[in-house]
Amino acid sequence: MKITVAGVAKEYEEGITIAKLIELENVETPEYVTVSLNDEFALKDEYAVKELKDGDSVEFLYFMGGGAR
Amino acid sequence: MIVKIKREDYDRIVAHAKQVAPEEACGLLGGVEYTEDGLLVREIRDVRILENSEHAEEHFTMTPQEQLKVIKEFRTEGLTLLGSWHSHPVSPSRPSEEDKRLSFDSRLSYLILSLMDEEHPKLRAFHVEDRSKVSVEALEFID
Repeated sequence: MKITVAGVAKEYEEGITIAKLIELENVETPEYVTVSLNDEFALKDEYAVKELKDGDSVEFLYFMGGGAR
Repeated sequence: MIVKIKREDYDRIVAHAKQVAPEEACGLLGGVEYTEDGLLVREIRDVRILENSEHAEEHFTMTPQEQLKVIKEFRTEGLTLLGSWHSHPVSPSRPSEEDKRLSFDSRLSYLILSLMDEEHPKLRAFHVEDRSKVSVEALEFID
């Protein structure tokens, strides 16, 4: 099935979960990543169980922040 | 590696950072990468000002909602996310301990604008590896 990851269409096996996609995409520091699925933000609890569907669009967003000290 | 930024974009973020000081200002950088004379060039072509959702003097946070919107707009323009920028209103242009700890994406360039010397703001670019090891990236202003 076709999944668009960060704007790039890719082929993945049917039924992979968000957690599996994170692993296959070698996402750095995944614990600090927010996942958007078809423009909706997925809950972290869903990552291991939410199966992706053909045509889904996924974005990985890192926490962006810091401080002067 | 060299990071290139337009002088007018630099002037715009300085003006914004001064306007919101003493709060920290922040944003994202979209652009293109190419090789020139064997050197990797990151040319910033779109500098976005995002809201510091903390509105704090010593912290900044960009919301994932606004990040997503801007990243998709970059893509529409044929650009990719090259990095982020933020201001240090009263401290030097170097990643703080918190900046390092929160630099989760080592593929990005992290630009820091210091307003310590209000008359002579200083913008520098950094690479942060493993959320701890910092190296300075060459920064060139272009017209």
